[in-house]
Amino acid sequence: MTFSFRTIAVAAALTTVFGIAQAHNLWLLPSSTVLSKPDTITVDAAVSNDLFVANHVALRLDNLQITAPDGSAVQPANQATLKHRSVFDVAVAAPGTYRIAVVNGGAFASWKVKGTGEAKRARGTPETIAKEIPADAQDVTITQSIGRIETFVTVGKPSTPKAIGTGLEMVPAGGTLTDLVKGEQSRFALFIDGQPAADLEVTVTAGGTQYRDKLDEVKIRTDAKGQFAVTWPTAGMYWIDASTKDNKTTMPQAKERRLSYAATVEVMP
Amino acid sequence: MHIRYLVTAPALAAFFGAPALAASLGASIEVPRLNASEYHRPYVAAWIERADNSVAATVAVWYDIRTNTNNPEGEGTKWLKDLRQWWRRTGRDLQMPIDGVTGATKPAGKHQVNLADAAASKLAPGAYKFVVEASREVGGREVVSVPFQWPPAKAEQASATGSSELGDIRLQLKP
Repeated sequence: MTFSFRTIAVAAALTTVFGIAQAHNLWLLPSSTVLSKPDTITVDAAVSNDLFVANHVALRLDNLQITAPDGSAVQPANQATLKHRSVFDVAVAAPGTYRIAVVNGGAFASWKVKGTGEAKRARGTPETIAKEIPADAQDVTITQSIGRIETFVTVGKPSTPKAIGTGLEMVPAGGTLTDLVKGEQSRFALFIDGQPAADLEVTVTAGGTQYRDKLDEVKIRTDAKGQFAVTWPTAGMYWIDASTKDNKTTMPQAKERRLSYAATVEVMP
Repeated sequence: MHIRYLVTAPALAAFFGAPALAASLGASIEVPRLNASEYHRPYVAAWIERADNSVAATVAVWYDIRTNTNNPEGEGTKWLKDLRQWWRRTGRDLQMPIDGVTGATKPAGKHQVNLADAAASKLAPGAYKFVVEASREVGGREVVSVPFQWPPAKAEQASATGSSELGDIRLQLKP
């Protein structure tokens, strides 16, 4: 009995942890997404419930990856982590669409201390997680995670950023990632490791959630090609989010891989 | 209004000179006088759109074309994106400035623009829209369009009126 109770407790604790991780939104907010000449944009990055209000914690920028239209890496400037949000500047010059992403890969372990049965957990990278777990730990569960939070900025005519091929990602399906317009339909596709992510639920939420009573999120399922379509009801910044899990881990100890994706796109009136 | 029409038509005829070989298209765009505490002349784009919303020709773009801080395309290119519809339909594909098309921003009043004869001769017969978009710093944005048939069977005028950032848009067609 005690054993099963503890199992439930661990499960509950884990649910809570993941629950919190899911309840808070990770987002990037660019100062502009459409530019008619080379310029510098400022991006906010935060973790919060309200879109896009920085009222919880700053998003860590350790894994910030900015890619120019030609695929080359761009270095951010004036990077700072404030209490509620992180900020950085990106100088965009080349015509085409820039991808600004924070890519988090990690591992999560939970186990029970031998003898006392106390539930413990730790997080780290796939390389370091093994060091966190004591050799005599029982019921060890390791979960790998890979997450991408991104936004897009275009100078001049939009281009299609090259697909990454790892983890969960979104690519345009015949359209663009910027220059979206209210009342028009945009098609995107979700890919997992470069393959279409079929029948996956996508949530589209307009920003400014603190100024309305309902979240008014739109839930869409991807089709067999991983594609989904959104018709933008109003202008503004939107947050597109999807997550799933599978067992294609790159760590031998991990049985499960959690994949998450979130993009911020701007819709013009 | 009728008087203005009578004045405009001969003026146009004079502008285009003796019997034109191709049909011609001109338009008058009114920048309204606005009572604003901080007023800046609007950026304006005028273009011709096909039935499928693709752009046949850009007729005019008025923006800050000064080049005093070493931007050969003009100071105002940063804000051309705010002519949102034009920018998305064609502006982002173009290299500024465009000879005979781009010009400085205009004060309140009526301003004549003409589609270059070379561009007019390239217009395939069909239904078109003459579209004008205006966007003003610390102000609003408005799009006004006037449908027309090309080539015109007879000399005619068509018009539409904006409600905030644009005034009278008057299209003059000549066979």
